[in-house]
Amino acid sequence: MDSGRSDQNGSERRRPPMALKILIAGGFGVGKTTLVGAVSEIKPLQTEEVITGASIGTDDLSGVESKRGTTVAMDFGRITINEDLQVYLFGTPGQDRFWFLWDELAFGALGAVVLADTRRLADCFPSIDYFEQRGTPFVVGVNCFEGAQRYSPDAVRDALDLDPDVPVLLCDARSRQSGKNLLIALVEHVAKRRAHAVRSG
Amino acid sequence: MRGDPDHDWADEEAGPVVRPYAVTGGRVRPATEGFDLVAFVQASDHAPGPDQHLHPEHLAIIAIAQESISVAEVAARLNLPLGVVRVLLGDLLQAGLVEIHEPAAAQFPDDNLLKAVVNGLRAL
Repeated sequence: MDSGRSDQNGSERRRPPMALKILIAGGFGVGKTTLVGAVSEIKPLQTEEVITGASIGTDDLSGVESKRGTTVAMDFGRITINEDLQVYLFGTPGQDRFWFLWDELAFGALGAVVLADTRRLADCFPSIDYFEQRGTPFVVGVNCFEGAQRYSPDAVRDALDLDPDVPVLLCDARSRQSGKNLLIALVEHVAKRRAHAVRSG
Repeated sequence: MRGDPDHDWADEEAGPVVRPYAVTGGRVRPATEGFDLVAFVQASDHAPGPDQHLHPEHLAIIAIAQESISVAEVAARLNLPLGVVRVLLGDLLQAGLVEIHEPAAAQFPDDNLLKAVVNGLRAL
């Protein structure tokens, strides 16, 4: 897709950086936007997608009665790794009926961070199901809200019935360091899966 | 109450008064495929001509894409829905006014790239 049209005029122009996409998923109010904001170098931006009649027919839009257009907002942030490489973090829309937007977000994504709240653990089931079915690598971050009882990562892993190789980390979505640790765990998990696939393939 | 010439109903809460796809002439599909969220847009060296029938939104994209910028950021900064931005980008691409760099390697980054990301994240 990155064809010759990019280089037609002026090869002295700097090439745009390569961008990797990481998704931040989880239930409503679990801290997705907070996490994006904690690690992003820019104030989180918002893109909107208007669901029009064009989406109907390919997607299940039950619940979206009007063809006139429902607006779904997606927050995103950016981390510049170096001049050739940027990481974009996209918060996924919370509502289940916007799955087709997830498909767009997940296309070409490096992987996902699923945020979980132990007080409402079931809220992250749809995200986990989605990434498992799609084969998208993910890690689970257990956001430790004040006043919530602490559980060990293994207890959460059992409760979520996760594969043993899926990293589970306790985190604080407000903390930059904590967010960085989640992203590092995800990228290392992706690398490990890659190595495993090469060995067994 | 009714017939107020100042349109009290059209405050910020009311959202946009013009339906979003009005700027694309009702088109909901771009003229060409592609335009990933993290594809980069860069204005080409050609200046838009007066006979190219561009909307202000086209010109706004050209203006912010003087330095390369991701599709997602174009949409966010111009406060336009993604689908609308994609249609407008299709027009601009066909007219030779922008270059699009799709994220070619995003799906299968190699080990060196992953290492660079981990090191970069650690150094933040």
